[in-house]
Amino acid sequence: MNCLWCDAEIIPEANWENLLILSKPKNLCSDCEKEFSVLEGKRCRKCSRKSEESLCQDCKRWNELCDNDDPLVLNFSVFHYNEQMQDMISRWKYRGDYCLGNSFKRYYTKAFDQEFSYLPKDIIAVPIPLSNERMKERGFNQSLQLARFLPLKTCELLTREHGEKQSKKTRKERISTLNPFKITKTINKPVILTDDIYTTGSTLRHAASLLKEKGCPAIYALTLVRG
Amino acid sequence: MPYNPDKEIISHYSGKLLLRREIPIDEATFKQLLHNSFFTPRSSINKKFHQYQCQRCGNYKRSLFGSIPCNKCDKTHLYCRKCIEMGRVMECEPLYEWTGPKVEWPAHKNACTWNGELTEAQQKAADRITEAIFNKEKELLVWAVCGAGKTEMLFPGIAESLKRGKRICIATPRTDVVRELLPRLREAFSGIYIQGLYGGSRDMDGAAQFVIATTHQLLRFKNAFDVIIIDEIDAFPYHADKSLSYAANRSKREDSNTTIYLTATPRQKHQLQIARKKLQHIFVPSRFHGYPLPVPAFHMCNSLQKDMKSFQPPKSFLKWYTHRKTPEHQLLIFVPSIILAENLCKNLRQILQDDNVVAVHASDSNREEKIQQFRNKKIRVLVTTTILERGVTFPAVDVVVFDAGHSVFDEAALVQIAGRAGRSPKDPTGEVVFFHNGKTEAMVQAVRSIKTMNKRGGFR
Repeated sequence: MNCLWCDAEIIPEANWENLLILSKPKNLCSDCEKEFSVLEGKRCRKCSRKSEESLCQDCKRWNELCDNDDPLVLNFSVFHYNEQMQDMISRWKYRGDYCLGNSFKRYYTKAFDQEFSYLPKDIIAVPIPLSNERMKERGFNQSLQLARFLPLKTCELLTREHGEKQSKKTRKERISTLNPFKITKTINKPVILTDDIYTTGSTLRHAASLLKEKGCPAIYALTLVRG
Repeated sequence: MPYNPDKEIISHYSGKLLLRREIPIDEATFKQLLHNSFFTPRSSINKKFHQYQCQRCGNYKRSLFGSIPCNKCDKTHLYCRKCIEMGRVMECEPLYEWTGPKVEWPAHKNACTWNGELTEAQQKAADRITEAIFNKEKELLVWAVCGAGKTEMLFPGIAESLKRGKRICIATPRTDVVRELLPRLREAFSGIYIQGLYGGSRDMDGAAQFVIATTHQLLRFKNAFDVIIIDEIDAFPYHADKSLSYAANRSKREDSNTTIYLTATPRQKHQLQIARKKLQHIFVPSRFHGYPLPVPAFHMCNSLQKDMKSFQPPKSFLKWYTHRKTPEHQLLIFVPSIILAENLCKNLRQILQDDNVVAVHASDSNREEKIQQFRNKKIRVLVTTTILERGVTFPAVDVVVFDAGHSVFDEAALVQIAGRAGRSPKDPTGEVVFFHNGKTEAMVQAVRSIKTMNKRGGFR
């Protein structure tokens, strides 16, 4: 196996642990793995942002904007958005290096197992969709790839109108834009939204509010990175 | 109905091998071009002897192919991960080669507007290069010591090629070198449109008769250049990355072409070829100002590893620094790693009581700016990684290497580093000191080869 990021050969170290229990082969070398910074310590219970308070300023503002009826119950993010992460995400998502996404799998499923174990088993994973144009350009949807990592039923409930990339907009623009998503079906099961980055939270809230309108009882989110 | 594409399209796509999304032509026109076989689709990933090969970068390493569930063709198929930074090559999308009418590049009579003079040694090499281009020789290696004035030696050969209406490319593995060469050549050939291609450059189309590019950019060319000059063939990543020589080979005109390699420190592979007379070469033993190459001195420091770990300069360096022969010279300090460069720089500032100490490395966003400031003598001491080992000229510097025994400093790197000193005719000397904690083969070899080159240049 070679490292998915730097293509160096990975030579597994022999220790008592993998002698007794066969561990899964790694797809990143230890040097590249070290560069990951997993979110730890005190964080906002709602959006995973590093914060001393249990509810950060951002989320308080969202609460006001949504009249104390925020459609999104909570978001959990796995990683910090450090330089390495930026480089990896840009190669994965924008350059379209599909396989690179697999390097996040272990962390992503682990976070799901630890943080969302209390949820009912019939919860559905819903990826944030790409517009048709963007899909044509990239050939795959990174959120769907993430959703498929989870041991859940995946359902592409949402569709998206073409618009400018979120990453090219300012905070104000993001929050004030119209809802880019569409939904056709109704739903009566709780949902976990999957996406790569949580920046302002407006994308996820747009999606969540639509789902809620269609009868979804509770909406959670599991994102890879807290921007 | 015969269809004649306009001139712009011809000059734009002639000699290219591109993905559809790199061809900004509307679908209708593109279909017509395809129909007239002006563009020919080529399969992008081929299977050869149970091995796949990317037809753009030549990669055949299995771990650098990924499979993707493609949304366009609803199949899971391969894509190349090696050249993905230049846009993804997918199995289901062909590469388009221009097979339409060829461009008639104009012949420029007196293209060279440079009126400097070549030294005797330079002239000899320049004549040999011109001869090679004239006779359409396949390959010629120009082995010129650091500071021999390689760029100027090329001018007569380039002028000759332009006179014959040939298309020329100067390729180099390093972006910094492209940026440095571009203004110099634009000045020397002021009537010629020259494009510089590198990642993030403003000229993007490569539709010029004369192109200066990084070797990576050659991945987009096929059957394009009559004359290709590859600078610093021994530099990273060209000598290590096979896809770059693959691309360089493909970018040559298929019928007749000339390749000129430039280097100051040929790798063993080329030295062997020279010795076996398989590769034509010309050796330029002396620097253009006629002074010998500075020979590095070794300084042993016992506590070097400890000092490096705590990001401190070695003691013997400080001793040397205070008793330096030419304290007015600027100082270039080479270190093996980026972390070391940054932290050592901070400590040096304190120890030397001098704020004019700056660090620069490959992932530094202000890199160009800092190099320019050093050139303008705004910075006194520059701590750097191997990015500045070659291709850059500073007039009067002393050069110091910390931990010269480190594996990043191979023989070629050390010879190049030593070659940074004493490049100005006004100030042709400069000190070069290697601080080490045990001589390595590379260090000894580097000094030996510098001495041999000086001897061949007629110095004692």
